[in-house]
Amino acid sequence: MSTLQLEKVNASPWGTPLLSGISVAVTAGSALGIVGPNGAGKTSLLRLIAGDFTADSGSMRITNQELADLPPRLRARQLAYLPQFSLLNFPYTVEEVVILGRTPHDTGHTEDQRILDAVLASVDISALRDRLYTQLSGGEKQRVQLARVLAQIWDDDSMENKILLLDEPTTALDLAHQQQLLDIVRDLKQRLCTVLVVIHDFNLLASIADQVLVLDHGMQVTHGTPHEVYQPSLFADLFDTRVLINTHPTRGYPFVIPQ
Amino acid sequence: MITNRLPGSRANNTRLLILSLAAALPLAIVIGLISGAAQLTATESLQALWHLAGGHNTGQAETIVGRIRLPRVLLAAVMGANLAMCGAAMQGLFRNPLADPSLIGVTAGASLGGALVIVTGGRLLEGYMGLTLISAGAFLGGVLAVLFVYRLATSANGTSVATMLLAGIAITALAGALGSMLEFFVDNEMLRRISLWKMGGLDGASYPRLWLGGSVSIALLLALPRYAAALNALLLGESEARHLGIDIPRTKLALVVWVAIGVGTSVALVGTIAFVGLVVPHLIRLLIGPNHRYLLPASALAGALLLVIADTLARVALSPTELPVGIITAIVGVPFFISLLRQRHHYGMQS
Repeated sequence: MSTLQLEKVNASPWGTPLLSGISVAVTAGSALGIVGPNGAGKTSLLRLIAGDFTADSGSMRITNQELADLPPRLRARQLAYLPQFSLLNFPYTVEEVVILGRTPHDTGHTEDQRILDAVLASVDISALRDRLYTQLSGGEKQRVQLARVLAQIWDDDSMENKILLLDEPTTALDLAHQQQLLDIVRDLKQRLCTVLVVIHDFNLLASIADQVLVLDHGMQVTHGTPHEVYQPSLFADLFDTRVLINTHPTRGYPFVIPQ
Repeated sequence: MITNRLPGSRANNTRLLILSLAAALPLAIVIGLISGAAQLTATESLQALWHLAGGHNTGQAETIVGRIRLPRVLLAAVMGANLAMCGAAMQGLFRNPLADPSLIGVTAGASLGGALVIVTGGRLLEGYMGLTLISAGAFLGGVLAVLFVYRLATSANGTSVATMLLAGIAITALAGALGSMLEFFVDNEMLRRISLWKMGGLDGASYPRLWLGGSVSIALLLALPRYAAALNALLLGESEARHLGIDIPRTKLALVVWVAIGVGTSVALVGTIAFVGLVVPHLIRLLIGPNHRYLLPASALAGALLLVIADTLARVALSPTELPVGIITAIVGVPFFISLLRQRHHYGMQS
């Protein structure tokens, strides 16, 4: 069963068409990577799903429920969005930022504290918990925000109905923390969480994405597994770049090298 | 110093601060009650207070303490609490630690409303229960200005706080210009009445005013903390708060209306009092962090404390002459605020 299903979705929140004819289905426990040139509509698609604006036509369903009909708090319990960067400039402690993820829940203090401990550990920022957010580096802030959105949809048993939207989550991270983020995504998939992720690095993307959706000018160019989608002609058309496509020696996913 | 906090130190700070404020406020109120222009010693004042508490209202001392000082000191407390809570709510809504409740036009609108009533002869009509028509005009002016600002900032895409800020500045300028025009055309006596009223002061304190101001304070104390979670989430950004399930339009409207009522009432009852709404929440946030669950009640206590102390100073500094309390809060507030601005980087606040 698909956790997230988009059918012929069109959106033009400010008059001009931003996204048109998007149709994609993502099953529980899989990851959809979204790629495309700058301005292709990648972030817009995530923001549309997150509810920042509404679709003009088409249907968006999560777990067979029309997204627009879902009350905001219930939607927030199922669906979390990690933005590209955060504007937070108030001196919260790290712990206070992460616990904000529990805002839509009524799980109570004890349970929230337990989840707080769990997500801090899984993002490996337990040591930062009493630091002031405003005094952290860009990469540390990004990891704190990741912990916050994880706290929002955290479930120890199964995350089958949960959806995580990640907008360029690796940009501010060093190599070790990029790998850590990919591990977290793989772990979430194992626990049946559905992940949508925008990443510019095709090789990082291929290591976690089960499907790739290619956008250009707000339209769906192609859609399939990384192997199907990563073709030299695509890179020539969309990015005006000649590439070699290889296969990762141990993991088997496609590997893109610019010529 | 602040960089490496010990675990739980913020929770301890919060508890300590709220307890200290709760202990200091009654003390400041008692000091306010035993200070003043009348020739009463502290012992006489305390005795009078003791008699009043026992229900004996016999002598002159009891009259001075019970009829003049008590409503005044308590009105200072509830107005200070009002302004500080409204300031905390505005700073949260605008995600700007330097926002002031007057930003959305309420103070300027109320000033114009009050001045209009003074000019059109409101003094001839002593209103209901000691509340003059001037107060009613000020309250209405404040609320109308805010609703106008809110309307200007609201479009099909929602209400933009940035537009609200700009519209607030525009409406403040417009109301100021209209007020100046009024002042330009009236005679000297009227001009003095307007400017004295605008300076603010608690000398018009009475029990009816205290009941009205107190009820608004209690309403704010009950209403604003219900938006604490929404304000906490809003600090992340408006989209982030929406993704956390917060009803943004409802939160904005509710906060704007409550601030209009709170600040409108305070301008109506005691005139414009500078800096309480700006400095108090800012200082409290510096001490205990931005969690509105604690920031709102702690600001209320600290605002009450500050205004009680400022009013006591206003009464005794040049005794028997009384200074308008707005002058004291500004004179104390501005240097304090500037020193805060210069220290901002110490606690990691970014511009």
